[in-house]
Amino acid sequence: MAAEAHGEEAGGLVFHPMDQFIVEPFFGDGAVSWYTITNATVWMALAVLAVFALLVLGTSKRSVVPGRMQSVAELAYGFIYKMVEDICGKEGVKYFPYIMTLFMFIVFANFLGLLPMAFTPTSHIAVTALMAFAVFFGVTILGFVKNGASFLSLFWVSSAPLPLRPILALIEIISYFVRPVSHSIRLAGNMMAGHAVIKVFAGFAAIAAIAPLSIVAITAMYGLEILVSFIQAYVFTILTCVYLKDALHPHH
Amino acid sequence: MEGDIVQMGAYIGAGLACMGMGGAAVGVGNVAGNYLAGALRNPSAAAGQTATLFIGIAFAEALGIFSFLVALLLMFAV
Repeated sequence: MAAEAHGEEAGGLVFHPMDQFIVEPFFGDGAVSWYTITNATVWMALAVLAVFALLVLGTSKRSVVPGRMQSVAELAYGFIYKMVEDICGKEGVKYFPYIMTLFMFIVFANFLGLLPMAFTPTSHIAVTALMAFAVFFGVTILGFVKNGASFLSLFWVSSAPLPLRPILALIEIISYFVRPVSHSIRLAGNMMAGHAVIKVFAGFAAIAAIAPLSIVAITAMYGLEILVSFIQAYVFTILTCVYLKDALHPHH
Repeated sequence: MEGDIVQMGAYIGAGLACMGMGGAAVGVGNVAGNYLAGALRNPSAAAGQTATLFIGIAFAEALGIFSFLVALLLMFAV
C-alpha cells in the first residue's frame, strides 16, 4: 500500500506520511528483486542481531547476581515462559521456544522501528501475515496430529443447547478462518497507524506558528507508541498461546 | 467521468468504514472499564486476570480492524 501512496499528492505536507513505509534497496537505487538487500531486510536483520545480543551475549557470563543485560534477558524469558504455562498448560511448554522467538522478534522489530529514520518491518502486512499464517497452519496441523478427527469438536460447542449448536458451529468455523487475518492486520495496522500519525505531526512542525504544539504532540505520541509497540507484541504472543491451547485441548 | 464517480464513492465508503473504529473503541473501553470495576471490588483476584483482559481487548479490537481493512480495500484495491 505504501507504493501507491508514493505517487499521490503530498496534500500540503512537506513529505507524505506514508513515505516511510516504502521498501527500497538499501545500497544505491534500482529495482527490487528477491535477492536485493532492502531497508526491510536490514532492519529485520538488526532485530535478529539485537535479540541475539540480548539473549546470547547478555547471558554468556551466567553470573549468580545478574547484571543489567542478564536481568532483562531473564525477565523476558520468565515472562513468556509463565504466559505459555498459564494459558497452554504443561503440554504447551514444548512449544515455548517458538513463542519466545516470535515475541522477541516482534518486540525488537517494533522498538527498533521507533528510532528516527528507521524502517518498521512489522508495519508491513507481508511480514505479519507470514508470521500469522505460520501460526495458523502450524496450530491446525498440530491439532489434527494430536487429536485426530476429534479436533473438529472445537467447532461443536457441547455446552450449548442442541438446536443452537449448528448455528454456533458455523460461527465458530468462520471465526476460526478469520483468525490469521485479524492476527496479522492487528499488528501491522497498529504499527502503521502510529508511525503515520507521528509523521503527520512532524509535517505540521514545518509551520512556525504551530511548531511547539506539534513537537509536544510528537513527544506524547512517541511515548504512546513505545507502550503500543510492547502491548502489540504481547497481544500477538498471547493470541498465539490461545490458538495453541485450542489445538492441544479442543474440548469446550 | 464515470471513473471519477466510482473513485468518489470509494473515498466516501472508506470514510464511512472508519465509523466502525468508534464501535471498536466502545468495545475496548467497555472491556477495560468492567475489568477495572471488578478489580476494585476484588483487588486480590485482579492480577490473575490481566491475560484475560488483553485477550478480550484483542477480540474486541479485531472487529474494528475489519472496518479498517474495508477502508484499506476501498482506498487501494477497488
